[in-house]
Amino acid sequence: MVLAATAAQRAELVVFAVLAPLAVVTALAMVFSRNAVHAALLLVVNFFCLAAFYVLLEAQFLAAVQVIVYAGAIMVLFLFVLMLLGVERRESLTETIRGQRTAAVVLGALLLAGVTAAVLAGVFHTPAGGLAAANRGGNVQAVGRLLFTRYTLAFEATGVLLLIAGVGALILGRQGRDTGEQDSPRSADESQGPVRTGGFGVGASPDPISHSGRRGADRSAAQPPDRSGEPGEGDPRPAAVGAAHEIPTSAPGESPPPTTTPEASP
Amino acid sequence: MTVGPEAYLLLSATLFTIGVAGVLIRRNAIVVFMCIELMLNAVNLTLIAFSKVNGALDGQVLAFFVMVVAAGEVVIGLGILVAIYRRRATTDLDDVNLLKG
Repeated sequence: MVLAATAAQRAELVVFAVLAPLAVVTALAMVFSRNAVHAALLLVVNFFCLAAFYVLLEAQFLAAVQVIVYAGAIMVLFLFVLMLLGVERRESLTETIRGQRTAAVVLGALLLAGVTAAVLAGVFHTPAGGLAAANRGGNVQAVGRLLFTRYTLAFEATGVLLLIAGVGALILGRQGRDTGEQDSPRSADESQGPVRTGGFGVGASPDPISHSGRRGADRSAAQPPDRSGEPGEGDPRPAAVGAAHEIPTSAPGESPPPTTTPEASP
Repeated sequence: MTVGPEAYLLLSATLFTIGVAGVLIRRNAIVVFMCIELMLNAVNLTLIAFSKVNGALDGQVLAFFVMVVAAGEVVIGLGILVAIYRRRATTDLDDVNLLKG
Protein backbone atom coordinates (compact mmCIF):
# COMPACT_ATOMS: atom_id res chain seq x y z
CA MET A 1 0.00 0.00 0.00
CA VAL A 2 2.62 2.49 -0.91
CA LEU A 3 1.51 5.62 -2.61
CA ALA A 4 4.49 5.71 -4.87
CA ALA A 5 3.17 2.92 -7.00
CA THR A 6 4.30 2.13 -10.44
CA ALA A 7 2.49 3.50 -13.45
CA ALA A 8 0.90 0.15 -14.15
CA GLN A 9 -0.53 -0.06 -10.67
CA ARG A 10 -1.89 3.45 -10.90
CA ALA A 11 -3.50 2.63 -14.22
CA GLU A 12 -5.02 -0.48 -12.69
CA LEU A 13 -6.43 1.60 -9.86
CA VAL A 14 -7.94 4.13 -12.23
CA VAL A 15 -9.49 1.49 -14.46
CA PHE A 16 -10.89 -0.36 -11.50
CA ALA A 17 -12.27 2.80 -9.89
CA VAL A 18 -14.05 3.70 -13.11
CA LEU A 19 -15.31 0.28 -14.17
CA ALA A 20 -16.31 -1.27 -10.86
CA PRO A 21 -19.09 1.26 -10.16
CA LEU A 22 -20.12 0.98 -13.80
CA ALA A 23 -20.41 -2.80 -13.48
CA VAL A 24 -22.50 -2.52 -10.33
CA VAL A 25 -24.73 0.19 -11.80
CA THR A 26 -25.34 -1.74 -15.01
CA ALA A 27 -26.13 -4.88 -13.06
CA LEU A 28 -28.62 -3.03 -10.88
CA ALA A 29 -30.17 -1.30 -13.87
CA MET A 30 -30.48 -4.66 -15.60
CA VAL A 31 -32.41 -6.14 -12.71
CA PHE A 32 -34.72 -3.17 -12.41
CA SER A 33 -35.26 -2.27 -16.06
CA ARG A 34 -38.77 -2.77 -17.35
CA ASN A 35 -37.69 -3.36 -20.92
CA ALA A 36 -36.00 -6.73 -21.48
CA VAL A 37 -33.99 -5.43 -24.43
CA HIS A 38 -32.56 -2.66 -22.28
CA ALA A 39 -31.69 -5.31 -19.71
CA ALA A 40 -29.81 -7.31 -22.35
CA LEU A 41 -27.87 -4.27 -23.56
CA LEU A 42 -26.97 -3.29 -20.00
CA LEU A 43 -25.73 -6.82 -19.46
CA VAL A 44 -23.48 -6.45 -22.51
CA VAL A 45 -21.93 -3.35 -20.91
CA ASN A 46 -21.47 -5.33 -17.72
CA PHE A 47 -19.71 -8.11 -19.61
CA PHE A 48 -17.34 -5.62 -21.20
CA CYS A 49 -16.48 -4.28 -17.74
CA LEU A 50 -15.76 -7.81 -16.59
CA ALA A 51 -13.53 -8.35 -19.62
CA ALA A 52 -11.54 -5.28 -18.56
CA PHE A 53 -11.22 -6.74 -15.07
CA TYR A 54 -9.93 -9.97 -16.55
CA VAL A 55 -7.23 -8.01 -18.35
CA LEU A 56 -6.30 -6.33 -15.06
CA LEU A 57 -6.09 -9.76 -13.47
CA GLU A 58 -3.69 -10.96 -16.19
CA ALA A 59 -6.22 -13.24 -17.87
CA GLN A 60 -6.00 -11.85 -21.37
CA PHE A 61 -7.23 -15.02 -23.04
CA LEU A 62 -10.36 -15.12 -20.89
CA ALA A 63 -10.96 -11.44 -21.56
CA ALA A 64 -11.04 -12.15 -25.27
CA VAL A 65 -13.27 -15.17 -24.70
CA GLN A 66 -15.55 -13.06 -22.55
CA VAL A 67 -16.00 -10.49 -25.29
CA ILE A 68 -16.35 -13.00 -28.11
CA VAL A 69 -18.46 -15.66 -26.43
CA TYR A 70 -20.47 -13.73 -23.86
CA ALA A 71 -20.87 -10.25 -25.26
CA GLY A 72 -20.91 -11.57 -28.79
CA ALA A 73 -22.57 -14.95 -29.10
CA ILE A 74 -24.61 -15.40 -25.95
CA MET A 75 -26.08 -11.92 -25.82
CA VAL A 76 -26.91 -12.03 -29.51
CA LEU A 77 -28.75 -15.27 -28.78
CA PHE A 78 -30.61 -13.56 -25.95
CA LEU A 79 -31.58 -10.66 -28.19
CA PHE A 80 -32.70 -13.03 -30.93
CA VAL A 81 -35.00 -14.84 -28.53
CA LEU A 82 -36.28 -11.57 -27.10
CA MET A 83 -37.15 -10.27 -30.54
CA LEU A 84 -38.63 -13.63 -31.50
CA LEU A 85 -40.94 -13.78 -28.52
CA GLY A 86 -42.02 -10.16 -28.67
CA VAL A 87 -40.54 -7.44 -26.52
CA GLU A 88 -43.50 -5.30 -25.64
CA ARG A 89 -44.89 -7.92 -23.30
CA ARG A 90 -45.63 -6.41 -19.92
CA GLU A 91 -44.41 -8.25 -16.90
CA SER A 92 -47.01 -9.04 -14.30
CA LEU A 93 -46.33 -7.35 -11.00
CA THR A 94 -48.48 -9.54 -8.82
CA GLU A 95 -46.57 -11.50 -6.25
CA THR A 96 -47.27 -15.20 -6.29
CA ILE A 97 -45.75 -15.60 -2.87
CA ARG A 98 -46.65 -12.68 -0.65
CA GLY A 99 -43.71 -10.59 0.41
CA GLN A 100 -41.37 -12.32 -1.99
CA ARG A 101 -39.73 -9.19 -3.32
CA THR A 102 -39.06 -7.77 0.11
CA ALA A 103 -37.67 -11.09 1.24
CA ALA A 104 -35.49 -11.26 -1.87
CA VAL A 105 -34.00 -7.83 -1.23
CA VAL A 106 -33.47 -8.55 2.48
CA LEU A 107 -31.88 -11.93 1.83
CA GLY A 108 -29.71 -10.47 -0.89
CA ALA A 109 -28.51 -7.75 1.47
CA LEU A 110 -27.78 -10.40 4.09
CA LEU A 111 -25.77 -12.43 1.60
CA LEU A 112 -23.81 -9.38 0.57
CA ALA A 113 -23.19 -8.47 4.20
CA GLY A 114 -22.00 -11.97 4.98
CA VAL A 115 -19.56 -12.17 2.09
CA THR A 116 -18.35 -8.62 2.72
CA ALA A 117 -17.73 -9.41 6.36
CA ALA A 118 -15.80 -12.52 5.38
CA VAL A 119 -13.66 -10.58 2.94
CA LEU A 120 -13.03 -7.68 5.31
CA ALA A 121 -12.25 -10.03 8.19
CA GLY A 122 -9.27 -11.16 6.19
CA VAL A 123 -10.39 -14.68 5.39
CA PHE A 124 -8.88 -14.29 1.96
CA HIS A 125 -6.11 -11.97 3.01
CA THR A 126 -3.20 -13.09 0.97
CA PRO A 127 -0.96 -10.81 -0.99
CA ALA A 128 -1.46 -11.15 -4.69
CA GLY A 129 1.19 -13.49 -5.93
CA GLY A 130 0.98 -12.34 -9.49
CA LEU A 131 0.99 -14.41 -12.59
CA ALA A 132 4.23 -13.17 -14.07
CA ALA A 133 5.90 -16.55 -13.76
CA ALA A 134 2.92 -18.59 -14.90
CA ASN A 135 2.23 -16.27 -17.81
CA ARG A 136 5.77 -16.31 -19.11
CA GLY A 137 5.62 -16.86 -22.83
CA GLY A 138 2.08 -15.52 -23.06
CA ASN A 139 -1.18 -16.08 -21.27
CA VAL A 140 -2.79 -17.84 -24.22
CA GLN A 141 0.10 -20.26 -24.53
CA ALA A 142 0.11 -20.97 -20.80
CA VAL A 143 -3.63 -21.57 -20.60
CA GLY A 144 -3.52 -23.69 -23.71
CA ARG A 145 -0.71 -25.77 -22.28
CA LEU A 146 -2.76 -26.42 -19.16
CA LEU A 147 -5.88 -27.20 -21.16
CA PHE A 148 -4.15 -29.78 -23.30
CA THR A 149 -2.09 -31.44 -20.59
CA ARG A 150 -3.62 -31.48 -17.15
CA TYR A 151 -7.21 -30.82 -18.19
CA THR A 152 -7.40 -32.75 -21.44
CA LEU A 153 -10.17 -35.04 -20.25
CA ALA A 154 -12.32 -32.17 -19.04
CA PHE A 155 -11.65 -30.30 -22.27
CA GLU A 156 -12.82 -33.25 -24.36
CA ALA A 157 -15.84 -33.64 -22.10
CA THR A 158 -16.83 -30.03 -22.71
CA GLY A 159 -16.59 -30.73 -26.42
CA VAL A 160 -19.06 -33.59 -26.04
CA LEU A 161 -21.23 -31.36 -23.85
CA LEU A 162 -21.36 -28.66 -26.50
CA LEU A 163 -22.22 -31.24 -29.15
CA ILE A 164 -25.09 -32.58 -27.07
CA ALA A 165 -26.26 -29.03 -26.35
CA GLY A 166 -26.27 -28.26 -30.05
CA VAL A 167 -28.25 -31.37 -30.93
CA GLY A 168 -30.63 -30.70 -28.05
CA ALA A 169 -31.23 -27.14 -29.16
CA LEU A 170 -31.88 -28.43 -32.67
CA ILE A 171 -34.48 -30.87 -31.40
CA LEU A 172 -36.08 -28.29 -29.14
CA GLY A 173 -36.15 -25.74 -31.91
CA ARG A 174 -37.71 -28.10 -34.41
CA GLN A 175 -40.75 -28.57 -32.22
CA GLY A 176 -43.63 -27.13 -34.16
CA ARG A 177 -41.41 -25.25 -36.54
CA ASP A 178 -42.42 -26.72 -39.88
CA THR A 179 -46.11 -26.20 -40.31
CA GLY A 180 -47.99 -25.79 -43.53
CA GLU A 181 -47.18 -27.84 -46.58
CA GLN A 182 -44.72 -30.16 -44.90
CA ASP A 183 -46.97 -31.59 -42.24
CA SER A 184 -49.28 -33.70 -44.33
CA PRO A 185 -46.64 -35.93 -46.00
CA ARG A 186 -44.75 -36.32 -42.73
CA SER A 187 -47.91 -37.30 -40.90
CA ALA A 188 -48.68 -39.81 -43.61
CA ASP A 189 -45.23 -41.21 -43.16
CA GLU A 190 -45.79 -41.34 -39.43
CA SER A 191 -48.92 -43.45 -39.71
CA GLN A 192 -46.95 -46.67 -40.33
CA GLY A 193 -46.79 -47.37 -36.63
CA PRO A 194 -44.25 -45.00 -35.07
CA VAL A 195 -42.47 -45.39 -31.79
CA ARG A 196 -44.05 -42.87 -29.49
CA THR A 197 -42.39 -41.52 -26.43
CA GLY A 198 -43.58 -38.65 -24.36
CA GLY A 199 -41.87 -35.29 -24.25
CA PHE A 200 -38.49 -34.92 -25.85
CA GLY A 201 -37.30 -38.43 -25.15
CA VAL A 202 -35.36 -39.70 -28.10
CA GLY A 203 -33.88 -42.85 -26.67
CA ALA A 204 -36.69 -45.17 -27.67
CA SER A 205 -36.61 -44.43 -31.35
CA PRO A 206 -33.89 -46.00 -33.47
CA ASP A 207 -33.38 -42.82 -35.50
CA PRO A 208 -33.67 -40.02 -32.97
CA ILE A 209 -33.41 -36.94 -35.11
CA SER A 210 -35.75 -37.92 -37.89
CA HIS A 211 -38.29 -39.35 -35.49
CA SER A 212 -38.28 -36.30 -33.28
CA GLY A 213 -38.57 -34.18 -36.38
CA ARG A 214 -41.67 -36.07 -37.43
CA ARG A 215 -43.01 -35.90 -33.94
CA GLY A 216 -42.48 -32.17 -33.90
CA ALA A 217 -44.11 -31.86 -37.27
CA ASP A 218 -47.27 -33.70 -36.41
CA ARG A 219 -47.46 -32.14 -32.98
CA SER A 220 -47.49 -28.79 -34.66
CA ALA A 221 -50.20 -30.05 -36.94
CA ALA A 222 -52.10 -31.22 -33.91
CA GLN A 223 -51.68 -28.07 -31.87
CA PRO A 224 -51.15 -24.67 -33.37
CA PRO A 225 -48.86 -22.59 -31.18
CA ASP A 226 -51.45 -20.03 -30.22
CA ARG A 227 -53.86 -22.60 -28.82
CA SER A 228 -52.65 -23.63 -25.39
CA GLY A 229 -53.87 -26.31 -23.07
CA GLU A 230 -55.51 -28.51 -25.65
CA PRO A 231 -56.40 -32.06 -24.73
CA GLY A 232 -54.48 -34.94 -26.17
CA GLU A 233 -50.98 -34.40 -24.83
CA GLY A 234 -50.47 -38.11 -24.33
CA ASP A 235 -51.18 -38.83 -27.96
CA PRO A 236 -50.15 -35.76 -29.92
CA ARG A 237 -52.00 -36.93 -33.00
CA PRO A 238 -55.67 -36.11 -32.58
CA ALA A 239 -58.35 -38.35 -33.95
CA ALA A 240 -59.29 -36.21 -36.91
CA VAL A 241 -55.81 -35.70 -38.30
CA GLY A 242 -54.72 -39.26 -37.60
CA ALA A 243 -57.79 -40.78 -39.21
CA ALA A 244 -57.40 -38.64 -42.27
CA HIS A 245 -53.85 -39.82 -42.80
CA GLU A 246 -54.32 -43.43 -41.83
CA ILE A 247 -56.56 -44.05 -44.79
CA PRO A 248 -53.72 -44.71 -47.28
CA THR A 249 -51.98 -47.38 -45.22
CA SER A 250 -54.99 -49.16 -43.79
CA ALA A 251 -56.75 -49.37 -47.14
CA PRO A 252 -54.22 -48.66 -49.86
CA GLY A 253 -56.39 -49.83 -52.70
CA GLU A 254 -59.10 -47.33 -52.08
CA SER A 255 -58.77 -43.78 -53.19
CA PRO A 256 -56.04 -42.15 -51.09
CA PRO A 257 -56.08 -38.41 -50.55
CA PRO A 258 -54.20 -36.64 -53.31
CA THR A 259 -51.92 -34.77 -50.91
CA THR A 260 -50.26 -37.89 -49.55
CA THR A 261 -49.75 -39.87 -52.77
CA PRO A 262 -46.63 -38.15 -54.14
CA GLU A 263 -44.76 -38.58 -50.86
CA ALA A 264 -45.86 -42.13 -50.09
CA SER A 265 -43.30 -43.86 -52.33
CA PRO A 266 -40.07 -42.71 -50.62
CA MET B 1 -2.17 2.17 -3.47
CA THR B 2 -2.91 -0.88 -5.50
CA VAL B 3 -6.01 -2.89 -6.18
CA GLY B 4 -5.80 -6.00 -4.08
CA PRO B 5 -7.76 -9.20 -4.52
CA GLU B 6 -10.20 -8.08 -1.83
CA ALA B 7 -11.54 -5.37 -4.12
CA TYR B 8 -12.31 -7.91 -6.80
CA LEU B 9 -13.87 -10.25 -4.27
CA LEU B 10 -16.14 -7.51 -2.97
CA LEU B 11 -17.14 -6.52 -6.47
CA SER B 12 -17.82 -10.14 -7.32
CA ALA B 13 -19.94 -10.57 -4.19
CA THR B 14 -21.92 -7.47 -5.09
CA LEU B 15 -22.58 -8.67 -8.61
CA PHE B 16 -23.52 -12.13 -7.38
CA THR B 17 -25.96 -10.65 -4.87
CA ILE B 18 -27.55 -8.49 -7.53
CA GLY B 19 -27.93 -11.59 -9.67
CA VAL B 20 -29.55 -13.53 -6.83
CA ALA B 21 -31.95 -10.68 -6.12
CA GLY B 22 -32.81 -10.47 -9.81
CA VAL B 23 -33.58 -14.18 -10.00
CA LEU B 24 -35.83 -13.86 -6.97
CA ILE B 25 -37.55 -10.66 -8.05
CA ARG B 26 -38.07 -10.87 -11.78
CA ARG B 27 -40.81 -12.95 -13.39
CA ASN B 28 -39.73 -12.75 -17.01
CA ALA B 29 -37.87 -15.97 -17.74
CA ILE B 30 -35.40 -14.35 -20.12
CA VAL B 31 -34.42 -11.70 -17.58
CA VAL B 32 -34.04 -14.44 -14.98
CA PHE B 33 -31.67 -16.15 -17.39
CA MET B 34 -29.66 -12.95 -17.72
CA CYS B 35 -29.41 -12.73 -13.95
CA ILE B 36 -28.07 -16.29 -13.87
CA GLU B 37 -25.45 -15.24 -16.41
CA LEU B 38 -24.55 -12.34 -14.15
CA MET B 39 -24.04 -14.72 -11.24
CA LEU B 40 -21.87 -17.03 -13.35
CA ASN B 41 -19.74 -14.09 -14.38
CA ALA B 42 -19.36 -12.97 -10.78
CA VAL B 43 -18.09 -16.42 -9.90
CA ASN B 44 -15.72 -16.28 -12.86
CA LEU B 45 -14.32 -13.03 -11.55
CA THR B 46 -13.69 -14.70 -8.21
CA LEU B 47 -11.95 -17.62 -9.87
CA ILE B 48 -9.70 -15.37 -11.90
CA ALA B 49 -8.89 -13.16 -8.91
CA PHE B 50 -7.88 -16.21 -6.89
CA SER B 51 -5.91 -17.47 -9.85
CA LYS B 52 -3.83 -14.33 -9.61
CA VAL B 53 -3.51 -14.69 -5.84
CA ASN B 54 -2.26 -18.24 -6.18
CA GLY B 55 0.06 -17.48 -9.04
CA ALA B 56 -1.29 -20.45 -10.98
CA LEU B 57 -3.50 -20.59 -14.04
CA ASP B 58 -5.81 -23.38 -12.91
CA GLY B 59 -8.44 -20.86 -11.85
CA GLN B 60 -8.47 -19.39 -15.32
CA VAL B 61 -8.91 -22.83 -16.84
CA LEU B 62 -11.82 -23.45 -14.48
CA ALA B 63 -13.37 -20.12 -15.47
CA PHE B 64 -12.99 -21.17 -19.09
CA PHE B 65 -14.92 -24.35 -18.38
CA VAL B 66 -17.59 -22.31 -16.59
CA MET B 67 -17.95 -20.21 -19.72
CA VAL B 68 -18.32 -23.29 -21.90
CA VAL B 69 -20.96 -24.80 -19.66
CA ALA B 70 -22.75 -21.44 -19.49
CA ALA B 71 -22.85 -21.30 -23.27
CA GLY B 72 -24.41 -24.76 -23.45
CA GLU B 73 -26.83 -23.87 -20.68
CA VAL B 74 -27.97 -20.73 -22.48
CA VAL B 75 -28.52 -22.63 -25.72
CA ILE B 76 -30.65 -25.30 -24.08
CA GLY B 77 -32.46 -22.87 -21.79
CA LEU B 78 -33.45 -20.50 -24.55
CA GLY B 79 -34.53 -23.48 -26.65
CA ILE B 80 -36.80 -24.59 -23.82
CA LEU B 81 -38.13 -21.05 -23.47
CA VAL B 82 -38.99 -20.87 -27.14
CA ALA B 83 -40.67 -24.29 -26.94
CA ILE B 84 -42.71 -23.14 -23.92
CA TYR B 85 -43.63 -19.94 -25.70
CA ARG B 86 -44.87 -21.89 -28.72
CA ARG B 87 -47.02 -24.00 -26.45
CA ARG B 88 -48.34 -21.39 -24.05
CA ALA B 89 -47.54 -17.96 -25.53
CA THR B 90 -45.93 -16.77 -22.31
CA THR B 91 -42.50 -16.23 -20.85
CA ASP B 92 -43.78 -15.50 -17.38
CA LEU B 93 -42.42 -17.95 -14.87
CA ASP B 94 -45.59 -17.93 -12.80
CA ASP B 95 -47.59 -19.23 -15.75
CA VAL B 96 -45.30 -22.23 -16.14
CA ASN B 97 -45.90 -23.95 -12.83
CA LEU B 98 -46.62 -27.47 -14.06
CA LEU B 99 -44.34 -30.08 -15.53
CA LYS B 100 -47.20 -31.05 -17.80
CA GLY B 101 -46.73 -29.58 -21.24
